[in-house]
Amino acid sequence: MRLKYVMSEVMVGLWRNVTMTVAMIITMAVSLTMLGASGLIYAQVKDMKAYYYDKIEVAIFLKPEITDDQRSSLEGSLKSDPLVREVIYESKDEAFKKFQTMFSDVPAVVDAVKPGQLPESFRVGLKNPEQYQQVREAYVGKDGVDQIIDQRNLLEKIFNILGSVQTMALVAASVMAIAALLLVGNTIQVAAYSKRREVAVMKLVGASNWFIQAPFVLEAVVAGILGAIIGFGALALGKVLLLDGSLSELTDLLTPLSWSKVLVMLPLMALAGTLVSSITAWVTLRFYLRV
Amino acid sequence: MIQLEHVTKTYPKASRPSLDEVSVGIEKGEFVFFIGPSGSGKSTIIKLLLHEVTPNRGRVHVNGRDVTAMRSWKIPAFRRQIGCVFQDFRLLPNRTAYENVAFALEVIGKTKAVARRVVPEVLELVGLGGKEHRYPHELSGGEQQRVAVARAFVNRPLILLADEPTGNLDPDTSIEIMRLLDRINRTGTTVVMVTHDSNIVNQMRRRVIEIESGRIVRDQARGVYG
Ligand SMILES: Nc1ncnc2c1ncn2[C@@H]1O[C@H](COP(=O)(O)OP(=O)(O)O)[C@@H](O)[C@H]1O
Ligand SMILES: [Mg+2]
Repeated sequence: MRLKYVMSEVMVGLWRNVTMTVAMIITMAVSLTMLGASGLIYAQVKDMKAYYYDKIEVAIFLKPEITDDQRSSLEGSLKSDPLVREVIYESKDEAFKKFQTMFSDVPAVVDAVKPGQLPESFRVGLKNPEQYQQVREAYVGKDGVDQIIDQRNLLEKIFNILGSVQTMALVAASVMAIAALLLVGNTIQVAAYSKRREVAVMKLVGASNWFIQAPFVLEAVVAGILGAIIGFGALALGKVLLLDGSLSELTDLLTPLSWSKVLVMLPLMALAGTLVSSITAWVTLRFYLRV
Repeated sequence: MIQLEHVTKTYPKASRPSLDEVSVGIEKGEFVFFIGPSGSGKSTIIKLLLHEVTPNRGRVHVNGRDVTAMRSWKIPAFRRQIGCVFQDFRLLPNRTAYENVAFALEVIGKTKAVARRVVPEVLELVGLGGKEHRYPHELSGGEQQRVAVARAFVNRPLILLADEPTGNLDPDTSIEIMRLLDRINRTGTTVVMVTHDSNIVNQMRRRVIEIESGRIVRDQARGVYG
């Protein structure tokens, strides 16, 4: 019965001020979408690091004029190097075949390169990819070594881009969260004002504080949760339309974003929406409903 | 039942105290008038008893409880033992007489079933039988005040506080409200009433406490006005 009373008060309250309610829900939704997106990027980058760092190799390209002695001494020292996990030799032919399959859909590129033009190389897997610099210093000046390329550099660039996208999403989320916060505060003030007579009577007859405040706080919480649900919908739509849709060529490079990761965002966003709205409502009420 | 000990209340920014060293005791079941000119501090006493304001000095005991030291979360339970009536009725305009009284029950957690049993009873008691479903604007001032009395009394409080309950009513209606408060007093409820109305005070012949500029200047059993 008390629950029914509180819930009907909440619905009446949300409906009474429907423009504010909608504004509140939209700002919440945008803020929480940004928060969810940055959460997804964070999880994704972490996954990709774990996935790729194992597979990352350092490519040591060899000069065309390298002698067999130089090659085998280089291979020997690589194989006995404590920093190195594995060494794979890639001949000119193998490099060319790899190149052909990689660019099989662009025949012009394949035709422009002849077998033997691509350099042979050692593909070196490191025990700890972070120690690239040490490996580089050890081999950079050696006889027969042309260039040393760390694939990690490339990945790092991708991670940096993703990182700044994440930061931008977080900033946008915070700015929208402030707007949402102000809207919640204002809505609560308006609601408290329009119910001032009821509140005065409730205080007079000894209604408990939580009973007086619950409808107001719940009003904000319902808006927060609706915002979270809409925001989650936007994230799911973004995955379907962008990641799996128009941007799928780009995202093939990245590890796929699983639905389970997206789903985890729903409770997180709902929690964030609930916390922001209920704390704001509660603090506002402390000022506007002095008991 | 009610005990004020050397109570001094100065509102923030006020130049002089609204109540100055006031001490008074009221026994269970008494009917007490507070009289005095406007601005003498009568309403401030009511507010102190309700814990709407706190004194700067002195102690206020109500129902054997020290109101001054009361924690704020205990105030709601405390107020359930006190009924209150004001000059401006304080009814909810969008609720009927029945709903106004039932609201007071519902917000302290009583079920609708309890309200259905108790509210018609108390509306009958205040003489509003048959008018349960009228809205405040469909009732006369005296009838609105009866609704307010019904709301104050529906929880069977130990104390009924009334701050100029007849201030907006004509003399005949005022007498009717007085009879109602008298009847409630006879059920054992302590009644504290603030008033300007000399007629009423003179007719009732009850204890009269007169205040002037925040001090008690007269305290007389079976007193008259002025
Ligand atoms: N909230 C307040 N702030 C400042 N002064 C107040 C406040 N309420 C009452 N007063 C002052 O306290 C004095 C007593 O007020 P009140 O108790 O309402 O008198 P009464 O009810 O006897 O007319 C008056 O001088 C009034 O101006
Ligand atoms: Mg007054």
